[in-house]
Amino acid sequence: MMESLVNYLYVIAAILFVLSLKWMSEVKTSRIGNWAGSAGMLIAVAATMLAFKAHRLDLVVLAIAIGTIIGAPIALKLPMTAVPQRTAMSHAFGSLAVALVGTAEYYQRIPEIDTFAMTVLAAEMILGYLTFTGSTIAFLKLQELIPGKPFVYPGRNFVSGLVVAVALAMAIGLVIQPTQEVFLPVLIVSALAFGFLLVMGIGGADMPTVIAILNSYAGLSAAALGFVLDNQLLIVAGTLDGASGFILAILMCKAMNRSFANVLFGGFGATTSKGADVKGEIKPVSVEDAYLILEGASSVVFVPGYGLAVSQAQQVLRELGEVLEKNGAEVAYGIHPVAGRMPGHMNVLLAEANVSYDQLVEAELINPKMPTTDVCVVIGANDVVNPAAKEDKTSPLWGMPIIEVDKSRTVIVLKRSMRPGFAGVENPLFYKNNARMLFGDAKASIQALIAEFKNA
Amino acid sequence: MHENIVPLAINLLIFLLSAFLGLGLIRRVSKLLHTPLMSLTNAISSVSVVGALIVMAQPKNNLILTLAAIAVALAATNVISGFMITERILRMFKKDEGGKAK
Repeated sequence: MMESLVNYLYVIAAILFVLSLKWMSEVKTSRIGNWAGSAGMLIAVAATMLAFKAHRLDLVVLAIAIGTIIGAPIALKLPMTAVPQRTAMSHAFGSLAVALVGTAEYYQRIPEIDTFAMTVLAAEMILGYLTFTGSTIAFLKLQELIPGKPFVYPGRNFVSGLVVAVALAMAIGLVIQPTQEVFLPVLIVSALAFGFLLVMGIGGADMPTVIAILNSYAGLSAAALGFVLDNQLLIVAGTLDGASGFILAILMCKAMNRSFANVLFGGFGATTSKGADVKGEIKPVSVEDAYLILEGASSVVFVPGYGLAVSQAQQVLRELGEVLEKNGAEVAYGIHPVAGRMPGHMNVLLAEANVSYDQLVEAELINPKMPTTDVCVVIGANDVVNPAAKEDKTSPLWGMPIIEVDKSRTVIVLKRSMRPGFAGVENPLFYKNNARMLFGDAKASIQALIAEFKNA
Repeated sequence: MHENIVPLAINLLIFLLSAFLGLGLIRRVSKLLHTPLMSLTNAISSVSVVGALIVMAQPKNNLILTLAAIAVALAATNVISGFMITERILRMFKKDEGGKAK
């Protein structure tokens, strides 16, 4: 009786999860979507607790309390600039949870474990543990606790391959002989090592793709756990998450014109090719001159990048936008899919700063407007506006879709110094005739520009 | 003995249908919302807390109990912070009502 009731409740939860994603498709319905997802979760947990009487209820309550004590303050206090780190951390937590349940289930079932269950269990544990260390490294890099540069050394792919081979050999060993418990710790350690090696070799600019891939792995490992536990709700939820990460990863790769394999094994940013030498002259500009350019503009497009988050300039940028609108200019924000450190990062930062979301325009929609745009202001973006992607076949960025700011009448680039972007590639944009460099901290520069408008 | 070939086939079917459904749904999500989408799907997939609770119901020994309890804490962290931060992010997305001419 209880058994069938719980299954019906799981069906309701699954429906709510699906609706949740459906409603997430547009801003208007997105909040209902989130509530539907929360309701589904509540039903799923309540049904489970009813149907499976806890052996140690105190431990269950304690564990959920710990989760709440850690989770709630993070969600309430986290600055929006740190959302990529939190996302990486949540992938780490989610995949570790799944891997630990898988490990527990192995010890629970041994010695009676059939071939299919053991196969899925092994796959689930490999995926779960590698996603755990991979996401932890991604978190540490994003939080800048370790250097964001790719850690590459000769024979890197060989070492990684060897580690994977060990993990797979242990998995096969366990499938053939599930009672060989000694295989399990070796499998776990090699999966952990592989996740570590994989993400250590990846640079900051590739984080949007990497986070999406890890998202996909975390989801798929949860789905695999569903197979092991014969729990269909877990299969549905894990697969939806896996599909989401997969699509985001594809979008990120397309936005950089690269393949999955290239992101994971390429060690971008460590390439020796820096593209062709750039000819031309850098034209620095003073705040006063930049003000005069903006003052006469009737259309302005802001192109933000990760530097916007670093200098926390989103609020003052919105203020500058408002000042320009008062001055009669049309203002839009050109958003490149891989600007920032995770999919949609710039949109969230600007939404937090109260920029109306209909001003946030995708790259392919803003590009046709570039030739008629008076001024583009590039704030902490580099590779996503690098014209070498279209002009220089030897550039590592060749073929990447960019925001074509160089086509506008004037480009003002806010930049701290002449250091190249995260990919380490020279940017010929800075040497173009219509480009002006406004050196200094982005936030300070924008504040100075606003002051100029107010004093005028 | 309910673990035979039939549930496996059904589970595979559910997996495939969910995959197609997920790909179809996610493809239509606005690029604006990719960050909250990620925090939402992450919270949803942390329904693995259910799996951990099931294992905690009848653990054979304390190692199993401990592993599952840690998993409950980890997944619960994701569930709580995932849904809460998604709500916080979504509340930020506002459109100017009439104010400015577009």
